[in-house]
Amino acid sequence: MRRGAIPANLMVGGILVAMVIGVAFISTFWTPYPYAELDIANKFHGPSSAHLLGTDQLGRDVVSQLMAAAGNSMTVAVLAVLIGCSIGTALGLLASAKGGWVEEAIMRLCDLGFAFPALLFAIMLAAALGPSLPNVVIAIAFINIPIFARVARASANQVWTREYVYAARASGLGNLAISRDHILPNIAAPIIVQATIEFAVAILTEAALSYLGLGAQPPSPSWGRMLSEAQTLMYLAPQLAIYPGLCIVTAVLGFGLLGDGLRDITDPRLSRQRRG
Amino acid sequence: MGYFLFRRTSGFILTLLSVSLVVFLVMNILPGDPTLSILGIESTEDARAVLRARLGLDAPLAERYVTWVFHALQGDFGDSYTHGVPVISLIVERLPMTLSLALSGMALTVLLALVLGITAASYHKRPGDWGVMLLSQLGIAVPAFWLSMLLVLLFAVKLRWLPPGGFPGWDDPRAAVRALILPTVALAVVQSAVLARVTRSSALEVMRLDFVRTARASGFSRRRILWGHVLPNALIPIITIVGLQFAGLVTGTIVIENVFYLPGLGRLLFQSISNRDFLTVQALVMMFAAIVVTANFLVDIAYVLIDPRLKARSR
Repeated sequence: MRRGAIPANLMVGGILVAMVIGVAFISTFWTPYPYAELDIANKFHGPSSAHLLGTDQLGRDVVSQLMAAAGNSMTVAVLAVLIGCSIGTALGLLASAKGGWVEEAIMRLCDLGFAFPALLFAIMLAAALGPSLPNVVIAIAFINIPIFARVARASANQVWTREYVYAARASGLGNLAISRDHILPNIAAPIIVQATIEFAVAILTEAALSYLGLGAQPPSPSWGRMLSEAQTLMYLAPQLAIYPGLCIVTAVLGFGLLGDGLRDITDPRLSRQRRG
Repeated sequence: MGYFLFRRTSGFILTLLSVSLVVFLVMNILPGDPTLSILGIESTEDARAVLRARLGLDAPLAERYVTWVFHALQGDFGDSYTHGVPVISLIVERLPMTLSLALSGMALTVLLALVLGITAASYHKRPGDWGVMLLSQLGIAVPAFWLSMLLVLLFAVKLRWLPPGGFPGWDDPRAAVRALILPTVALAVVQSAVLARVTRSSALEVMRLDFVRTARASGFSRRRILWGHVLPNALIPIITIVGLQFAGLVTGTIVIENVFYLPGLGRLLFQSISNRDFLTVQALVMMFAAIVVTANFLVDIAYVLIDPRLKARSR
């Protein structure tokens, strides 16, 4: 690969992500029709100039619903990953700075988090808290805490042995100041890469939970919920079972590729290994 | 070996206990009165108190946890509120369905992943490799429940080759197998996407080693080198991921059973959630988590059986 060239996965991922985020942003102030507007007389319409992808069983415009669902999906993913990443990274930094029994205790707790399948944990929380999008955010954020704690601690442990950290310590800085000024900036790259990948996972989890009825409640639009409604209509309107799935795949593939691409350029050692 | 087994086993038991504590706490200290959600807002305080006593909810939290664990160890998870029978009998009744699905899914996952992964490795940096990598990238991004719907659309709605859902039971093996085909494929495709990548990179690593060159120089056939020499030595990372993936597979069955209306544990979990049958939910979540923890434990043990060198290191 030419030096300085943008790797293909980064480029494709970036374009897909830009598309999804762009649509999600536009949906906050404009959709072709209000997404929940019923028009029973025009149900199950095929694609037309009035309704680009047709209408559903209640005559709602499919494009408008897909756009609004993109907004929901991005909001859930951003909030969940942001919360999980902040708490997890803080715990990882704490574990790395303190060492000893604090580190041991935090990492054992994280192991427990890994013992739980993510979706099962989310199902359990959603069942206990009640089905709603905010509860989906809480569930996904929880799942993310041990992941980021582990990444942050592993990366931070390497930075703590650097000479500039010794220098900072010699100049009288405390654990907190060193973690904030020296460790955090130097572990940002792996954390951002992880966050991009977890973003893709969050989109998938939200879709699955909403599909199972534990996420977005009607009329709040969600790709997963649209699919679960479409499933009962598969003999009548099979096209409704296609579009939301394509949206999910586009978003997940986009963030997955973007994460892979970012990892390749931020960790050259790893990428050389991966290329074999 | 004895010390190694002891350490792993005690870790395993500790993890199981911690998981049970988490499940119990989440199901019991979160806001919301279960009796209120069972009986409705219009119920009287007296009626709720009677139900609370019946469900054993009036004892202190710690006492309830200990009772729950001890009874669970004896296979007693209490009575299901909606079905009026012991939870354990519900589980036993539905377990074969879930096990059939999980095991056939696992088998197809490993088969697909090994074939695709080894193929990709043998065509390294040629179109065959890129094709497999592209497929696996897609496979990771496709939600299993959507893939299931597409399979149903094609094979049940359009072609009418296979049933769209439901399970006739094992009394009619032919119908049972036909009902399991689509769910198994849906479950395995997504899982094998990840495993194929691991297989490929692990095989590539081994193919660089000297003994492979020696085998090649001795004139063994390509196929024999790939499957007889490379694969066995590439197995350790593959088995690690298979173990980790068992978690995905188990939660996968929860989703897939709900897509195909299969009467297994996953379907029971969702019916119990919507019926607010919280003792059943608690027992099922614990069971699923226990299955995953046990699988990881068995993988740990399997390492040592496959590669005795690890035993020396773990001491």
